[in-house]
Amino acid sequence: MSKPIEQIREEALAELSQAGDADAIRALWVKYLGRKGEVTGFLRNISELPKDQRPAAGKRANEVKKELESTFNESLERLAGQTGQYSEAIDVSLPGRPAPLGTLHPITRITRLISRVFARMGFGIAEGPEVESDYYNFEALNIPKNHPARDMQDTFYVSDNVVLRTHTSPIQVRYMEAHDPPIRIIAPGKVYRCDSDLTHTPMFHQVEGLLVDENVSFGDLKGVLTAFVHQVFDIQTSLRFRPSFFPFTEPSAEVDIQCVICRGSGCKVCSHTGWLEVLGCGMVHPVVFENVGYDTNRYSGFAFGMGVERIAMLKYGINDIRMFFENDIRFLRQF
Amino acid sequence: MKVSLDWLQQYVDLDASASDLADALTMAGLEVEAVLDPYRHMESVVIGRIIQTKPHPNADKLFCCEVDIGSKTVQVVCGAPNAEAGINAPCAMPGAVLASGMTVEKSEIRGQFSEGMLCSEAELALGDDASGLMQINAEHAPGMPLARALGLSDTVFEIGLTPNRPDCLSHIGVAREISALRAKPLRIPDIPPADGPEKIAEHTSVTIEDPDLCPRYAAALVFEISVGPSPAWLQRRLRAVGLKPINNIVDITNYVMMETGQPLHAFDFDRLEQHRIVVRTPRAENTFTTLDGKSRELDAQTLLICDGKKPVAIAGVMGGQNSEIMETTTRVLIESACFNPVSIRKTAKRMGISTDASFRFERGVDPEGTVYAMNRAADLMAELTGGTRINGIIDEHPRPTPQKTISVSCQRANRHLGTRLERDEMAAYLESVAFSVALPETDQLAVTPPSFRVDVDRPEDIMEEIARLRGYNRIPTTFPRLTARAEPPAQMVERKEQIRGLIAGFGFYETINYAFTAAQAADRLELATGDPRRNAENLLNPLSEEQALMRTTLMPGLLETARKNISRQEKDLKLFELGKAFYKTKHHELPHEVEMLAAVWTGARRPAAWHTAAEPCDFYDIKGAFESLLFGLGLEKFTCSQMPESGCSYTRSGRTAQVRLGDTYLGLIGEIKASVLKQFGIRQPVFVFEAHLEALISCLPETPEFTPIPKFPAMARDITLIVENRIEAGEILNSVRGMETGLIEDVYLFDVYSGEPIPAGRKSLSIRVVYRSHTHTLEDAQVNELHRQITDSLLAAFDAELPA
Repeated sequence: MSKPIEQIREEALAELSQAGDADAIRALWVKYLGRKGEVTGFLRNISELPKDQRPAAGKRANEVKKELESTFNESLERLAGQTGQYSEAIDVSLPGRPAPLGTLHPITRITRLISRVFARMGFGIAEGPEVESDYYNFEALNIPKNHPARDMQDTFYVSDNVVLRTHTSPIQVRYMEAHDPPIRIIAPGKVYRCDSDLTHTPMFHQVEGLLVDENVSFGDLKGVLTAFVHQVFDIQTSLRFRPSFFPFTEPSAEVDIQCVICRGSGCKVCSHTGWLEVLGCGMVHPVVFENVGYDTNRYSGFAFGMGVERIAMLKYGINDIRMFFENDIRFLRQF
Repeated sequence: MKVSLDWLQQYVDLDASASDLADALTMAGLEVEAVLDPYRHMESVVIGRIIQTKPHPNADKLFCCEVDIGSKTVQVVCGAPNAEAGINAPCAMPGAVLASGMTVEKSEIRGQFSEGMLCSEAELALGDDASGLMQINAEHAPGMPLARALGLSDTVFEIGLTPNRPDCLSHIGVAREISALRAKPLRIPDIPPADGPEKIAEHTSVTIEDPDLCPRYAAALVFEISVGPSPAWLQRRLRAVGLKPINNIVDITNYVMMETGQPLHAFDFDRLEQHRIVVRTPRAENTFTTLDGKSRELDAQTLLICDGKKPVAIAGVMGGQNSEIMETTTRVLIESACFNPVSIRKTAKRMGISTDASFRFERGVDPEGTVYAMNRAADLMAELTGGTRINGIIDEHPRPTPQKTISVSCQRANRHLGTRLERDEMAAYLESVAFSVALPETDQLAVTPPSFRVDVDRPEDIMEEIARLRGYNRIPTTFPRLTARAEPPAQMVERKEQIRGLIAGFGFYETINYAFTAAQAADRLELATGDPRRNAENLLNPLSEEQALMRTTLMPGLLETARKNISRQEKDLKLFELGKAFYKTKHHELPHEVEMLAAVWTGARRPAAWHTAAEPCDFYDIKGAFESLLFGLGLEKFTCSQMPESGCSYTRSGRTAQVRLGDTYLGLIGEIKASVLKQFGIRQPVFVFEAHLEALISCLPETPEFTPIPKFPAMARDITLIVENRIEAGEILNSVRGMETGLIEDVYLFDVYSGEPIPAGRKSLSIRVVYRSHTHTLEDAQVNELHRQITDSLLAAFDAELPA
């Protein structure tokens, strides 16, 4: 028997207090508690002690073994809690292995935004053909052939009687032909105009809306569109309705919102007027109701339409409409 | 339409600032799109006082003038005979724009520096005198802006008029609106009555052969006129609204048109054969030369103004060269007429011209304004050209426009608008814009619109008028009472949204390409002659050759987008598009529109990073994306197999899969052929998938079906088969899936290997089969026996061997 157990204990604790890192502690563990360690050796050689001392020494040696184990462990845990010290640390600032991530086109995003606002107001969604007959695109909407209102839209023709739809309004007519009131729909989609310059692309997107029921008023139209603008922009955005002309609505209005860039004080985006035109709307013209066989004495309704690019440009601060169809990946990545 | 405020003041007091007026008009439906200053070009023209002049050393007829322009004294070279010391004259400084369009600059004239230009009236478009410098009252201090010294100030509104308001295509029309909005009286110029017996019938006559196309034609004569420039005030007004002065007679017709909205035409009376007017369609005439010198083709519907023998004008569109006013003209016939709007529009469209006259006639002129405008022009001609009016007028009016009275229920109007207006209030709004209103019985308004409001027809038009004058912003904002009702989901719309979300989640970027494509797109894709995708709709009026027809596939748009991005050094691309393709049909007017989905993947599989080297993407990357999409949509049992040789012209044969669900074709996955890539200018491999969305969506289960979580453990057994290279793994897997054992839960491939020690031309495929029973725990012996049977059947069916 070389050392008494108490001496082993004291030396171990003294060495532990000097150990600076986990490796040193692990070395002490081996030195004292390992298979050939001093405490282990003491226990193994306990039979060399006189018989009467053996039980007490064995008990004490086991207590010391437990004490050292837990003291060493505590020291190791304490060290692990200190950042940057622990040798198992990794560089957590390295970028992670990315999950793939693409984006939706900003037009899709804004169309979704618009659709969801109206969905919360109980509007369903309808779609219709992009290549449309003259009847649905014009005639049924009270725009007869040879009427100057046709000049309001530069039309692509496929044949004398077939056009690329110039607006999403034909969906109104198709929907009313197939359904009876009450009606509450929006109709998003591509539209086409024979026009291409800095501020026009020959294809763009609109969202059309239609509500038909008994006792619907122009005031109701104002209410729904005000709620819409407040949700898409914000509640502080003021609106103004001013008279305009669309052959398929009467009264007709343009909706201006307070410029979202300058808050109405005047800037380049709003041509220093403080207002931005964002929507066209009006009460459905009785001729349109007659064309779909609705009772004009019983039903009234309103329709509205807006350009998705316009709203996207305002929401995202995009200043060139052509960007939407360039599909430059550096543009698409931003959404 | 441009209106001058200076001009408008003649008809109504303008008691508000230009911006307030612009605002009021805009809010009444006459949108003021721009507020312009017609004298802006004169900002740099100031009063200059000539201090002394000396002859130009190198030119006989020029002087070097020392000119005081207020802030300093400058040298100006000038050739005017009246350039004398002591006078005040306009001095245009650099930047000023002269009537000729020339911009004044500092210059050197024959070795002498000239810092500006001393101007005549004519050079500044302020008058006709071009003989010398315009002399300005000496009281004005040098340096004062000329426009201010002469009291030249005006504001011009550019009004974007909607097609329903032709009555406002005139100063009186706009003044009428202002008079209603500002509650100020409207002043319309009086026309003095003619004295003496009527004489006009002795000189001329008017015959209307087609009263449907010409419901009214009035004529007046002014003799002994002398053609020359118009007075300066008249020229200024025309210029302010964007018209170019020509001569006094033509200018007066234009002036009265801008004043009243009625287009007028002046004929040289002595060039009218038989001194008479016949309004008719062509007889033998095929062509006619208009004022602008162009020969116009006539068709049977073209309405002509003729003299006793030949056409002299295209009615309502443009006059003819053969009767235009010349310097020698002394006798004038003034035309003031109403023409059928549709007829004028057709003619103007067919000839591809739009004139101030045709623009107004197409929209509808006041049928009761014909004679007033003509008399106004005749009076001005007598007054301003020294002419004499021949007493009397001709007024052929075969189709008078009936007056219409529209009954409106006040209650209905209030309900429609959401207002609570009294009947008297409604009447007052209408009367303010010259509607006559009778109040026949309770709740009713009997409204007779004025003749110039050709747009008003129905009770709703009256309601709009009331709303407009009340101000839309004063109509209470309410919310409709809506029946609570859940709209059925638009399945197609929702599925498209789901698909977009999934694909974007796989790392693809959504693109939106034009639905137009080039006629060559089909060739670039090497489509076969009979391919349905060659059956595209052509646009009659495309913007360019590259956008000449409607796409039948999304591929060209995506490949073009890939090319553009690659050329910007963005070579790693994952793009998709969801949109329609259009196929011409034989039996329907409209093409067949099909929702398509396509994606391209080119460049790296994933970006290079510290943990991954950049590896190029391959067929299985895009295939995986497509499969994940189908799994994500709830489809599992689709198959992918080799596309037949003729199946797709633009992908590499042998490297194209067709994806099917049973017999339904869902789409393809492939690598674009090198020759096609070359056509699109792309020099790196591109992998694609393409799907027919409608077919795909119609296959989708509405809701996933729940299978209970298994209670008993599964057992897996592997088989490795050595087969010929031509055997597709999919066939083997399908053949196992098809075995009706009731115990196979899953079969999948976990290894593919070729090379030593596998003989050339063969490959080894390792398959794992997962067995499970839902009723008990499987026993080894049972599974081993089943697995042996499966292995044997595969060995036989695929001519396979087990590994040595």
